[in-house]
Amino acid sequence: MSAASLPSEAPERPASPPPVDAPPWRRFVRFVTEANVAMVTLLAVVGGLFVGAILIVVTTPATLHAWGELGSHPGRAFSVTFQTLGNAYGALFVGSVISPSALGHAISSGRGWTGVFTPISETLVSATPLILAGTGVALGFSTGVFNIGGQGQLIAGALAATYVGFGVHAPIGIHLPLVILAGAAGGAVAGFIPGILKARTGAHEVIVTIMLNYIFLYLLEYLLTTQPLQEPHQSNSISRTISSTGQLPHLFGSGLRVNLGLIVALAVAAGASWFMRRSTLGFEFKVIGANPAAGRTAGMDARRATILVLMISGALVGMAGMSTLAGTDFFLSTGYGGSTGFNAITVALLGRNRPLGVVLGSLLFAALSTGGRYMQASTGIPIDLTSVIQAVIVFMVATPALVREIFRLREAGAGKILLFTKGWGG
Amino acid sequence: MSTVDLAPVEGVELAPEGRLVSLGRVRGMGVFLAVLAVITLVAFGIGVPSGAHAVFLVSGPPALSISPLTMSVRWVAVALAAGCAALAVLLVLRRSARGSYLIFSSGVVLFLWAFLAWAARGAALNLSQMLVGTLVYATPLVYGSLSGIMCERSGVVNIAIEGQFLAGAFLGAMVGSASGNLWLGVLAGAVAGGLFGALLAFLALRYGADQIIVGVVIVAFCTGLTNFLTEQVLTPDQSTLNSPQTFSPLAIPLLSKIPILGPMLFDQNVFLYGAAILLIVVHVALFKTRWGLRVRAVGEHPRAAETVGIHVLSVRYRNVILGGVIAGIGGASFTIGSIGEFSAGMTAGLGYVALAAMIFGRWRPFGALGAAVLFGFALSLQSYLAVLNVGIPSPFLSMAPYVITIAVVSGLVGRVRPPAADGVPYSRE
Repeated sequence: MSAASLPSEAPERPASPPPVDAPPWRRFVRFVTEANVAMVTLLAVVGGLFVGAILIVVTTPATLHAWGELGSHPGRAFSVTFQTLGNAYGALFVGSVISPSALGHAISSGRGWTGVFTPISETLVSATPLILAGTGVALGFSTGVFNIGGQGQLIAGALAATYVGFGVHAPIGIHLPLVILAGAAGGAVAGFIPGILKARTGAHEVIVTIMLNYIFLYLLEYLLTTQPLQEPHQSNSISRTISSTGQLPHLFGSGLRVNLGLIVALAVAAGASWFMRRSTLGFEFKVIGANPAAGRTAGMDARRATILVLMISGALVGMAGMSTLAGTDFFLSTGYGGSTGFNAITVALLGRNRPLGVVLGSLLFAALSTGGRYMQASTGIPIDLTSVIQAVIVFMVATPALVREIFRLREAGAGKILLFTKGWGG
Repeated sequence: MSTVDLAPVEGVELAPEGRLVSLGRVRGMGVFLAVLAVITLVAFGIGVPSGAHAVFLVSGPPALSISPLTMSVRWVAVALAAGCAALAVLLVLRRSARGSYLIFSSGVVLFLWAFLAWAARGAALNLSQMLVGTLVYATPLVYGSLSGIMCERSGVVNIAIEGQFLAGAFLGAMVGSASGNLWLGVLAGAVAGGLFGALLAFLALRYGADQIIVGVVIVAFCTGLTNFLTEQVLTPDQSTLNSPQTFSPLAIPLLSKIPILGPMLFDQNVFLYGAAILLIVVHVALFKTRWGLRVRAVGEHPRAAETVGIHVLSVRYRNVILGGVIAGIGGASFTIGSIGEFSAGMTAGLGYVALAAMIFGRWRPFGALGAAVLFGFALSLQSYLAVLNVGIPSPFLSMAPYVITIAVVSGLVGRVRPPAADGVPYSRE
């Protein structure tokens, strides 16, 4: 019943393993010409950037004009195209990783190091909620539960963390853990709703979680206009600011925004990895995800697992909301969280539902969006380009057979993606 | 999957359309109606000053003036509460599940009447306009759910309706605006939707990718793409590229002259007529033709269908692309049907609501119509109540359609039976 990837054509002959005594360069050539996980992901990124490049070229007047004069100035079309793309993708890199000119300046003058590390710090800041939420969604996937309710759970987590953040007064050693737990609890409550509805009435979680996204958005909108959440003497819909004891401290001084949330996120990802591979409950989840009938035969309670996994998944997504609230924003506004809940899904897919993969995927997507902001500011190309690139990457990762065909790779392990979503009946 | 026992089970009756309705669920509906009756009596009846009146305006054609319906809120509520309670008793005492949904819906309608009278107390509510609003909101939902039905009856889950809506709305607005021809806009919307239908079919059928995942990513892709293109292409050139006309209402001769109903049903824009025609066409095609029998066979048991010579994958390709085309037309109705401008994310999750309508309608066109009208009513109600200022904060009114969707999917629908092979990739070996 599961819809794990099945290539429609007959499987090609299995690749014979390279001889053990083959020279390293032959093993390397073999590695880059077969459809293993690393190559498929890498080529998916290439594909995403390629589609993005086409979009830039066909929507930028200058390049369109140059291509229109292809007959009279053939060289110009290419030079303008390369220049436009170079500027855009260069900005993407400079804005998310490092600026060579700032680095050179810092080395020669010995000052301005904060500016050198700002892009990478911002990328890590953007990656933090993605790691948490992506791990949550990935946990759901491996139990056959598709949690699209990231946006709602994120808001629920951030809401709970805000109430505790401004309502509780305690030293940081007590207050901060409480804020973190509140975020998890808020998300867990939001995850419990689709869980209990699915277990009790069979309502499909895809629909329920999407509807809950809107419900939480409007609930937040309402709460932001009422006491005690709304900032007093304010006509804007913003919440009170959480007190400093509830904020996640910066890791490298006040100049860089990267904060303790990143460590929390990495710890959670490591914990999730242990949970799915080593714990009894995690094993139960995986069995139920892979084959509910087998799970039932072995005496596992699929309904309980559904509720639990949605709660855990929701808790992690709620922590993502907490991480931005207590890490960088400190107060809530309408539409909090934006598209992080949806990006968590793409990150989970990109990371093939493994926590380590989710961490790497989050870093990539965070770099794209951080760089995208810089690209928009410096070249005027809208940041939405990066969502298109992200979507293309996930299309290709979700269909390794397509990547194999486009790039003529040999058959290898990347066909098996660990996903167990089902149709409506499941 | 548990085995289905065809022998009658005690307390469970096979409804005509094959839905299992347990008597427990019927009693549950009865209890729910009883609660509604109490709310009606207390909140809308006794809780209202006896002098409060509500006026329902019913607009007729110009030649015929219909006097507004003026009601005393309290006494109307008391009468309706009594009616609702009677229906509740009827449900609880029933020994057969047959017809219980009809009784239940009647009870809900009585409740809504009382609620509207209460909301309009001391003011006037234009009932006809609200019902017209219901149809306007329901129109894209009908297209969306028909798109879902086309795909899922052949065994492919189309969760990308939201993305196809966006693509259709965007390209419909742009082509309609640039060419000045709205019909070209509709065509463009259909093409845009069809392309994303084709993408879904290509990835899901040729490469066996997970259909739900591909669908969700298509939505992400369309959202990103239309946002990008809006900012990069439409906004700099708003007046030529994003200012299409909208279809004006087209009065159907004779029918539009019927009092009250005429202007509501037969003086609307082409998208509404198109939805009505499409509804009938899809229903007849699916359930009365050989083509439909083949599609349903492919959706239920592809292997058996292949054995008798039906080419499963080509049936699925065709249906998924057609489904995309239908959703694309529905998307175009957002821009060239009513608003006359594309704005980022304007479909606001209605593609998913359409999917819920399809499930609520049990994968049948007229069932989906009923659900779409219900959701359309919730959306229309929300916009009218916001104007009436009934004392319910507007975010809660905006929430209503989504809450109703959840209630419907989890409470009323119960365990539905989708086409058996829905979402399952097919390969020939």
